[in-house]
Amino acid sequence: MSAADRSFSENARAAVADPQLRRAMHHVKEGFIGKRAKAAARLPEFEVLRDAARDIKDHTLAHLDLYLERYEAQVIERGGQVHWCAGPAEARAAILDICRQAGARTVTKGKSMIGEEIDINAHLEAAGITPVETDLGEYIVQMRHERPSHIIAPAVHLTKDVIEADFRAQHRQFPADRSLSEVPELVDEARQVLRQRFLDADVGITGANFLVAETGSSIIVTNEGNGDLTQILPRVHIVIASLEKVVPTLEDAATILRVLARSATGQEFSTYTTVSTGPKRPDDVDGPEVYHVVLLDNGRSDLLDGPFREILRCIRCGACINHCPVYHTIGGHAYGSVYPGPIGAVLTPALEGIEAAADLPEASSFCGRCEAVCPMRIPLPKLLRHWRERAYDQRVTPGRLRAGIGLWAFFARRPALYGFVTGLAARLLRALGGRGGRLARLPLAGGWTRFRDLPAPEGRTFRSQWAAKKGARS
Amino acid sequence: MSGDRERVLGSLRRGLGRGQDATADTAARTAVAQRIDRRQRGPIPARSDLNPAAQVELFETMAREQAATVVHVADPDGVPAAVADYLKAANLPPRVRVAPDPALGALPWDGQPLLEISTGRAAAEDLVSLTGAFAGIAETGTLMLRSGAEHPTTLNFLPDVHIVVLRAADVVGPYEDALDRLRSHESNGGNGGNGAMPRTVNFVTGPSRTADIEQTIQLGAHGPRRLHIILIDETD
Repeated sequence: MSAADRSFSENARAAVADPQLRRAMHHVKEGFIGKRAKAAARLPEFEVLRDAARDIKDHTLAHLDLYLERYEAQVIERGGQVHWCAGPAEARAAILDICRQAGARTVTKGKSMIGEEIDINAHLEAAGITPVETDLGEYIVQMRHERPSHIIAPAVHLTKDVIEADFRAQHRQFPADRSLSEVPELVDEARQVLRQRFLDADVGITGANFLVAETGSSIIVTNEGNGDLTQILPRVHIVIASLEKVVPTLEDAATILRVLARSATGQEFSTYTTVSTGPKRPDDVDGPEVYHVVLLDNGRSDLLDGPFREILRCIRCGACINHCPVYHTIGGHAYGSVYPGPIGAVLTPALEGIEAAADLPEASSFCGRCEAVCPMRIPLPKLLRHWRERAYDQRVTPGRLRAGIGLWAFFARRPALYGFVTGLAARLLRALGGRGGRLARLPLAGGWTRFRDLPAPEGRTFRSQWAAKKGARS
Repeated sequence: MSGDRERVLGSLRRGLGRGQDATADTAARTAVAQRIDRRQRGPIPARSDLNPAAQVELFETMAREQAATVVHVADPDGVPAAVADYLKAANLPPRVRVAPDPALGALPWDGQPLLEISTGRAAAEDLVSLTGAFAGIAETGTLMLRSGAEHPTTLNFLPDVHIVVLRAADVVGPYEDALDRLRSHESNGGNGGNGAMPRTVNFVTGPSRTADIEQTIQLGAHGPRRLHIILIDETD
């Protein structure tokens, strides 16, 4: 996705006006938040586990080069191959190469955000290879030529009537008069269609929730079982993963797994947690014959030295997205980036540069819910503030905003003048507010007053009241 | 093939300030080696810290909560009848694809002449599979299934119905206890005795599901629509 797709304020405005999206987003708010709270409350050790999970990742990131070397050695020892890729182009080349060598015509895919990051589907298609998304949500958005609007619930922006219409248009093999308005019918139809695709595929691509340095294993977590059919039926299994997915041991993975599902979907544990190590063994009667890991950097190694290292703790549970009032209001597509929500607003500028994504760190009210629910205790608001500062320093903040901040800074540096001017403004606004104490229209603040009244100040500024109180006490 | 290896590792090393202080670099190597050797456990939830009988009970409760069904048999000889009964009650054809596991092969299938038994990996048309389980994890009602000659992984995912035979003696408390068992099994000849992991270890908690449409949970997305666990109570 390029910066051209990203007119954030226009996207957001359109999203707010979309009634279908409003109905769909209602499910996010109602579903995820309550489920997570319940799951967290049920496990007395939840907060301790969050600390432990954070510490595991901090330790791993501080030794990331060494753990990746160890991981690579183990993969090779078990008969697999590791492809180190600096950026999306290298990762795509590695994947295409493997697919060509396998003579692949169709490729099944488990859900992978790295797949989105490197836009692998478009490149497979261009090479004459058909990619088939097998996660139900991903299958639906692929059918619609859309992007996932959420990292764990790709089709959360859609309602079932929309999906029914898509299935009717695409699945011509079924009778036109079939009943298809209920969720079980839709799931069953997708199951039937995808079953044959699983059996036909030459190559299966999955992501990874963890890479384990100790054993050279990759771990995926799913509920549908699609990631498993994707990797055990074709001859070739390709794992695509970014560098920071590595953890030292299986025990470390177990600790983080205890907070992952609870934070994501509110489940005690996801239905399928699968640990895959190398290709099938000589005695095995099924499983892939070849096992590749495509290991993607894409700017992450540059984040180790600096304030954004903490974002590399992220385990992609989606809790920050699920709890974000901005996301609830505009959905995932409006961000115009691969990763939406608070995590996306921090990660996208890191991956693509702040010039390309300066709007995203502004898409926050700093309410702090993202940090409060992040299982890895990533200080998302702090990191958003860092990006805002960098955007200002690098002059990518829009002119009007810069002017406003500049004006404020001018007064803030002159406390006496600041006190005088704000005192004057407070009295003026009180007078303008009249008896109702509310302002329906205010010059320079139309963005606020167009949608709601501004409560007028009650008189004196906080600073003058504070000074008076201090004087009275001493 | 690994053209970017040195580039990426070089960037990581720069970011971590390697090569500036030899003592610190050596300490980092030692820390990594030790961490992997020690396999230190994180905080273990107290919920599964129970006596064996209570662990089996917790396993059962948690598995049922995730929409698995559970029945008990006194000893292995009771398994074939339990399979036949389940299929009959569920109105399924009496045909089962059984894992090539000697322990399952040794069961008294002759007692169920109506059951059609075949052995091997799963094919697209297999409706019902039967496998063993390496362990049961009480903490979340999770099965640990280990791939190998005696347990093809396709049996866990392709058929509509997956029946799993689990010995109560193989139920443990937390995931970490199951990992210990796995490592000890692999070091004692499990995979040629080199201690390596099997190709696939599946942790399975209930049947397949999705909530991708309007957050409505629907069972049977791509994997089994039903997961049925036959618990062998006998402890030897």
